[in-house]
Amino acid sequence: MLLIEDLQVELAGNKILKHIDLEIKPGETHILFGPNGSGKTSLVMTIMGYPQYRVTGGRILFKGVDITGLPINERAALGIGMSYQRPPTIHGLKTRQMIDICSKKEIDVEEYAEMVNFRDFLDRDVNAGFSGGEIKRSELLQLLAQDPDLMLFDEPESGVDLENITLVGETIAMLLEKDIFHSDEKTIARQKRDRTKMGLIITHTGYIMDYVAADKGQVLFNGILSCSTNPREILNCISEMGYEECVRCTLEKN
Amino acid sequence: MYSREELKSKAAGAATKKAALGQDVDLAQFETADVPHEYLQEEELRSLPDAEQKRLIMSGLDLTGKERGGTYFQKDTAVVHCSSKMEGVEVIPIKKALEEYDWIRDYYWKLISVDMDKYTASAETDLHNGYVIRCLPGQKSVYPIQACLYLDKEGLQQTVHNIIIAEEDSELHIITGCATSPHVKKGAHVGISEFFVKKNAKLSFTMIHNWAEDMVVRPRSAAQVEEGGLFLNNYICMKPVRTLQMYPTTYLVGDNAVARYYSIIVGSPGSEFDIGGRIFLKKPGTRAEIVARTISNGGRIIARGHLIGEVPDIKAHLECKGLLLKGGLIHAVPELEGHCDGVEMSHEAAVGKIAQEEISYLMSRGLTEDEATSTIVRGFLNVDIPGLPPQLRAEIDRAVEMSDKDVM
Repeated sequence: MLLIEDLQVELAGNKILKHIDLEIKPGETHILFGPNGSGKTSLVMTIMGYPQYRVTGGRILFKGVDITGLPINERAALGIGMSYQRPPTIHGLKTRQMIDICSKKEIDVEEYAEMVNFRDFLDRDVNAGFSGGEIKRSELLQLLAQDPDLMLFDEPESGVDLENITLVGETIAMLLEKDIFHSDEKTIARQKRDRTKMGLIITHTGYIMDYVAADKGQVLFNGILSCSTNPREILNCISEMGYEECVRCTLEKN
Repeated sequence: MYSREELKSKAAGAATKKAALGQDVDLAQFETADVPHEYLQEEELRSLPDAEQKRLIMSGLDLTGKERGGTYFQKDTAVVHCSSKMEGVEVIPIKKALEEYDWIRDYYWKLISVDMDKYTASAETDLHNGYVIRCLPGQKSVYPIQACLYLDKEGLQQTVHNIIIAEEDSELHIITGCATSPHVKKGAHVGISEFFVKKNAKLSFTMIHNWAEDMVVRPRSAAQVEEGGLFLNNYICMKPVRTLQMYPTTYLVGDNAVARYYSIIVGSPGSEFDIGGRIFLKKPGTRAEIVARTISNGGRIIARGHLIGEVPDIKAHLECKGLLLKGGLIHAVPELEGHCDGVEMSHEAAVGKIAQEEISYLMSRGLTEDEATSTIVRGFLNVDIPGLPPQLRAEIDRAVEMSDKDVM
């Protein structure tokens, strides 16, 4: 379980997250909405542990451990993973080697790469000259190899062409155990109960919700979590009335 | 015209002439007298002391000889072993070649002036030996030829002259290691190398250096590449050295000739490198590339590169990247000269530190900060070198891998 309590964060001296409370239970996936600059990326980067996001108040608990002051790699070791929107290029490091790093050499790289149609890229430098869609597939392959329990997705569908959106969506559903399949041993209800993977997905378009059944939606507006309800309802509301309505909700909430 | 006397007299005239680049070194502080060593058969190379074998292996020498097509091994001033296993590839000590073969006169001091500076002059006056490697027309060397210039005597100036000839349509790969005995602290190495790549021939030359901390190193090399030829020049030096200065020059004199230089340098505290290279593109369709990766953890590195496009329809690129890890200096000097319309030349130079963003990215995949940093450094030094045989790629990777601890 991820539990965020009264989290306050500064970036380069500016308050960017204000008194955030958030709980993601095992098996739950949340969608994070919000206009540009509202602090969505800051929230996931803070959960991942990027040191430039300075926590000035509150705490983050994961699996019962207070991780607020832990370095990034220790959070990764506890089972937090991230799919980046714009990851850096690592020159001279092959994607194949990166997958080995993620899995600690415990998986068959070729076999996993096949799942996201990425075998042709294994011998290229990580993210070097990758298109938008290639970056997403590379990030998903890294998560598949890493197999974390809490996955943070920063705009996983941005820059992905129509052909690949299904692949990306279905892979995320699989990662988050949201893919429902017929099985003689397990009823659907049992499959749902057995889910443990947690997800937090940042999206602007909501396309990802066509593939991943999300449990909850959150709206981040100006550093404040202003809404927490059914994600479809939030998406409809934003599409019809825009984020201005969120301002009203935020005002009323405070 | 070839006259040893004329060369000697020119050399005498330049005995005190300072070099254009690099700190001036008083060569009088080093001995040049012959140091005798016994000639060894190939299998006897493997009975050398362990510490010595280790140094040789680090410089890319394969003492089993299995993965090599021939060997030249010079210790101090003496040829300890010289043989070729491949038909069509000749490996000859240069002193023997100068005595016995007329054709050597077409190559000896043909690309480099003997009176260029005091180091070239000394190479004629105090010549100890060196190798001539010649690949006959149409021969393709399956395995690389290895050459090792080893310094065992404290305070010696080792002076060599090498000539490498890839005849028409031939393919030749050479790995050359220069190293010092573990006990040697101080010494000098002056090495002249002249490369001749003939029509449609392919020559790769990979140099791995393991010097001592107080070594003075002054190689002087030049290459001439004819029509359709390829010259690949790789230089790796990951170990400390007092001062090293070199500026290899290549002349692309035939249509569609190609030259590529790759160098990987790590500068430790107290080390001073002035390295670079120059390529003249003199015919249409010629291509040139100079790629340098330098890391300083306290040393001083000047990385030069100079491309000269003299005719239209040439392409040249220079890439010089430096990482400052623990102080020191990296001075990148990229130069492009286009002498007419229709040249296509570019350069990319960057000096900086490791990006925190890259470290964090790798940490989020499970690596510690130190592991992430060394992964990025290894990646930085991992340069793709097209056309290099796998055995030589493996030697470069090994040199980089082994110095990993020194770098960090």
